[in-house]
Amino acid sequence: MKNYMDWIRTDYFPTAFCAGCGHGIILKAIAKALTELEFKREEVVFVSGIGCSGWIPSPYIKADSIHTTHGRALAFATGVKLARPDLTVIVVGGDGDIASIGGNHLIHAARRNIDITCIMADNNNYGMTGGQYSPTTPQGAKTTTSRKGHVEPPFDVAYMVKAAGASYVARYTVAHFPQLVNAIKKAITTPGFSFVQAISSCPTHFGRRNISQDPYEYLDYLKKNSVNIKNVKETDEIRNKITIGEF
Amino acid sequence: MPWKRIKLPIKPGRFLVQGDEAVADGAFCAGMRFYAGYPITPASEVITRVQERFEESGEGVYFQGEDEIASIAACIGASWTGVKAMTATSGPGFDLMVENLGYAIFTETPLVIVDVQRAGPSTGQAARPSQGDYHQVRYATHGDYEIIVLTPWSCQELFEFGIRAFNLAERYRVPVIILTDEAVGHLREPVVYPEEIDVFDREHDPDAPPFSFDERDAGPMPLIGDGKALLITGSTHTEAGKRVTQDPEIHRKIVKHLIGKIQHNVSDIFESHEEFIEDAEIVIASYGISARSGFEAVKRLREKGLKVGFFRFKVIWPLWEKYVRERLSGIKKIFVPEMNAGHLSRELERLVNGEVISISELGTNIITPETIVKEVEARL
Ligand SMILES: Cc1ncc(C[n+]2csc(CCOP(=O)(O)OP(=O)(O)O)c2C)c(N)n1
Ligand code: SF4
Repeated sequence: MKNYMDWIRTDYFPTAFCAGCGHGIILKAIAKALTELEFKREEVVFVSGIGCSGWIPSPYIKADSIHTTHGRALAFATGVKLARPDLTVIVVGGDGDIASIGGNHLIHAARRNIDITCIMADNNNYGMTGGQYSPTTPQGAKTTTSRKGHVEPPFDVAYMVKAAGASYVARYTVAHFPQLVNAIKKAITTPGFSFVQAISSCPTHFGRRNISQDPYEYLDYLKKNSVNIKNVKETDEIRNKITIGEF
Repeated sequence: MPWKRIKLPIKPGRFLVQGDEAVADGAFCAGMRFYAGYPITPASEVITRVQERFEESGEGVYFQGEDEIASIAACIGASWTGVKAMTATSGPGFDLMVENLGYAIFTETPLVIVDVQRAGPSTGQAARPSQGDYHQVRYATHGDYEIIVLTPWSCQELFEFGIRAFNLAERYRVPVIILTDEAVGHLREPVVYPEEIDVFDREHDPDAPPFSFDERDAGPMPLIGDGKALLITGSTHTEAGKRVTQDPEIHRKIVKHLIGKIQHNVSDIFESHEEFIEDAEIVIASYGISARSGFEAVKRLREKGLKVGFFRFKVIWPLWEKYVRERLSGIKKIFVPEMNAGHLSRELERLVNGEVISISELGTNIITPETIVKEVEARL
């Protein structure tokens, strides 16, 4: 397929995403990566869980997709991969989906280093259920379940996945589109478990309470607040920044 | 025809086999080539035997999941690639599988789950038998649906039901549960492995929609990898798999299909073992391990000249209500021995016109024929 739009199920448009939701950018990044890697439709299968993020592949990517239960996509994907090792298996989920309820599956998929690519669309909160805090919600951030500021520290999911044994780990934001596409391509082509933490935007919930409800201002914030891990040494310096790059 | 007669893929003959091993062998013979499970007493022997069969045949993939949730999920994922998949567990593990069991029901995924019952609730007694999961296996997950549950009473039947469970799962695109217990699972008995068996392979049609609204039967099944951009979802969907989560009519159609494809074929699915029913005035009705004692009690009571019949459920769900009502109509007293607080007896109470008397064992002892004989004589 020559055009990334060949990978998108436009007959299901308009998407269910809110206007300005970063998940649409991740959808395009995946479609571009598949196009540039010259995949055939029957070679790739998507598995997703429950959340706005689960809708990125199901139904919007035109390939086989299994839209599963909340948090369990990696477990379903493991069965698909073991039964059909020749297929390229890609999991897409949210920060709640992949890192909270599905956290144990994530750790063990990384430890097994099974040849699956996992893309975590991380909007720092539970978008679908109305903006509750998630494992990646920054301390102090306001969500519907942390109205006075979140008390818990967040989870550095990329570091955890790397430590657990994954082959390839990268983190970029939806404001870093070319890097994101590249990371997804590398993730898919690297044998073993690959993890791409795609920092997404949720203007409707997280943005409104913490950054901005305006999609452009949100992207601008992500861009300005990101530093490449290659350029930083001190943890203090990056405490309030989004560290991006390959881990 | 998706039915075919095959040569047994393992050595035929008469062997001393443990229940858990027999069900693994039956499943393997039916074509099970994917297994995922998490260790739990008294079901752990199943994966060991599966591993042996896969290794000696050079076929099949098994996987020890990080928990039971992952295990059943992996089975469902594998099943959509066309492979026959199974998991085995016991109460606490079954509890964890329930959400994805609902997913398998809603997505019409062929799958076999072996539940080797132990005493509960909670961790209970791991290595002692019980029949407390009678209603759990039927009503475990939320929403309305039908499911198939087979209740073997011997190692021979564990082998045979290992085959039949897959035939039914593939035929009706539904999870099938083999509900046994620690006593039968850990029993060692002679089992006959025949030369040939009949197996049913799902009807694979790459051009078929993934789901159906037919109220009388299951539809053919496309697979992952067919290149048709399949949409599989546990949310309410059209036949093509498009998510439709606000339309009451579509939801009604799906639930009617899930119930209809089983209920319409209940006479094909339901199975009972009956003895001396024709002239019976009283009946002992049971299933699984309790039915073994029940049958012995029937023989002893017959020797004493009492007109006692025997009715054993080889399938507890779907319950063929019309048939059971007819067969047990006019029976004055129905004694129901079971190792729980009276689950089958509660079902029978609403079906029959005679008196239903529960012989309930709440400890973890197998009900003995003596107990049943005594109970019957006391209540005559
Ligand atoms: C077992 C279970 N618990 C809770 C829910 C409700 N639920 C649906 S989506 C969701 C969280 C979504 O957040 P996330 O995974 O971060 O994805 P997002 O919507 O932000 O993209 C929850 C808790 C569910 N569907 N299943
Ligand atoms: S709630 Fe948030 S994550 Fe969900 S579609 Fe809207 S903006 Fe996107």
